[in-house]
Amino acid sequence: MRLTLFKIKEFFIEKLIFLCGLACIFFVLLIFVFLLKEGISLFHTVTPVQFLTGKNWYPISDPAQLEILPLILGSLWVTLGAAIISIPIGVACAIYIAEVAHPKLKELLKTGIELLAAIPSVVLGFIGMVTLVPWVKSVFNLPTGLTALSGSIMLAFMAMPTIVSVAEDALYSIPKSYKEGSLALGATHWQTIYRVLVPAASSGIVAAVMLGIGRVIGETMAVMMITGNAALMPHSILQPVRTLTATIAAEMGEAVVGSEHYFALFAVGIVLFVISFAINVTADSFLHKKR
Amino acid sequence: MFKKWVITFVLGTFINSTGWAKDSNSIQIKGSDTMVNLSQAWAEKFMEKNPNDFIAVTGGGSGTGISSLISGTCDIANSSREIKAKEIALAQKRGVNPYEIKVGLDGLAVVVHPSNSVSQLTLQQLADIFTGKISNWKEVGGKDLKIVLLSREVNSGTHVYFKEHVLRKGDPASKEEFSPGALMLSSSQALADEVAGNSGAIGYYGMGYISPKQKPVSIAKDAKSPYISPKIENVTNGKYPISRPLFIYTNGIPNGSVKKFADFMLSKEGQEIVLQTDFVPIKK
Repeated sequence: MRLTLFKIKEFFIEKLIFLCGLACIFFVLLIFVFLLKEGISLFHTVTPVQFLTGKNWYPISDPAQLEILPLILGSLWVTLGAAIISIPIGVACAIYIAEVAHPKLKELLKTGIELLAAIPSVVLGFIGMVTLVPWVKSVFNLPTGLTALSGSIMLAFMAMPTIVSVAEDALYSIPKSYKEGSLALGATHWQTIYRVLVPAASSGIVAAVMLGIGRVIGETMAVMMITGNAALMPHSILQPVRTLTATIAAEMGEAVVGSEHYFALFAVGIVLFVISFAINVTADSFLHKKR
Repeated sequence: MFKKWVITFVLGTFINSTGWAKDSNSIQIKGSDTMVNLSQAWAEKFMEKNPNDFIAVTGGGSGTGISSLISGTCDIANSSREIKAKEIALAQKRGVNPYEIKVGLDGLAVVVHPSNSVSQLTLQQLADIFTGKISNWKEVGGKDLKIVLLSREVNSGTHVYFKEHVLRKGDPASKEEFSPGALMLSSSQALADEVAGNSGAIGYYGMGYISPKQKPVSIAKDAKSPYISPKIENVTNGKYPISRPLFIYTNGIPNGSVKKFADFMLSKEGQEIVLQTDFVPIKK
């Protein structure tokens, strides 16, 4: 009697957890279907090729020109810049925390990095606007400091916590015997780090980098405040750019529901979704590669 | 027992709060960034006199305000441009009937950094600057310095007005656009700050934002006309070439506290506030 009661309970709890697990996938699917449904409507009036490769973004003109190549390139420039800045610093920081730092310092550093992750992006954007933008302007002697570079530097701060914590986990989970073996063979601490530990943790480090980049490409508020939002074809990182995310955020309020502009913003959303999905899948495949 | 008590409490507060909202006549106002300060000043004075009314004012841009009016999330939409035919059609489809009231006038100031030696421009020069045909200050009599164009985002009524009346000179067939290199700023204040800190910048905003940190440029209709500075008397007498009406839109002819508030805006006292916030009254 008691046993069956337990079995019934077990059964329900199992099913409940199963449903919760499915819910996540279900929501992602719903969001994707909605995005697709709204975005696809755009292609009645604009061909996908024109949408992706045209150079003019004038959404409220009549007729509107809805071509997002400058926006895609804008996002890519900012992301590339942020990656170049944050990857070396982030990975080096992870190595220091995992291998070199004194245990007490290690705790302090980890807390600091978690704090960095906790700063809201709008605050970072605001700080960037009043400190970084004038600095970039005067250092590079530019007509304006609202450039892709300013965005990259600020976003590097946002990607760093992700990169450091995931890479540090990867380094930490290497079996102790690797390190011991290497040291026993007479290698120095540094040789052990860059010849044994980093290669052993490489898949985890790549995943960390990809996740950091994923965070950068989806970031909106800070880039909207400090990249200038000019939809021109970027030729250098010292030019203003307009990113995909900032475009959606800045224009959604104006777009009349059901208009061409509205569908175009959803199509921009699809492009973003595809990019970040690709990044996440790549990260995932690296994470599971060596297991 | 405890649970029941909690439910009663929660339900009670919920019902209370909706009841409270009805009693105190709250009015939601949304829209034009240009008009936020003006609206806020009206709202404060009005609430002082009518303590039972509560007015919340937010910005976001004229387009945002009108979209909210259409979707029913605000009672009054502030707009620094006329409602578009497309928007009216959409509103009617949703059972909303936008009713227009003109509440004031605004001169659009074109501003540069105080150190800039250029202090007057014709409309044609202005159009050429913002479309990118003129890209260096020396072409209009200034220093050899690259022009940094500052514009508002596309949800701004100021952006739309400037494009239609300066870039396109009011010609509906014109295809002129802002240069793609123009920086898009999300608020008039951000634009004012950027002009104040950038010696090559040029931007535009409502006259109310002018401060000693920016230098307003005098504008002439064409090369033969006199250059007029953006001052209240020049907008009132119609001499300043870039001025525009300010509107509020309500759903249908206003009634109740919305009507009371609209009447207050047009009253002598309300129009006095228009003048104090650096806009131009419609009535003397």
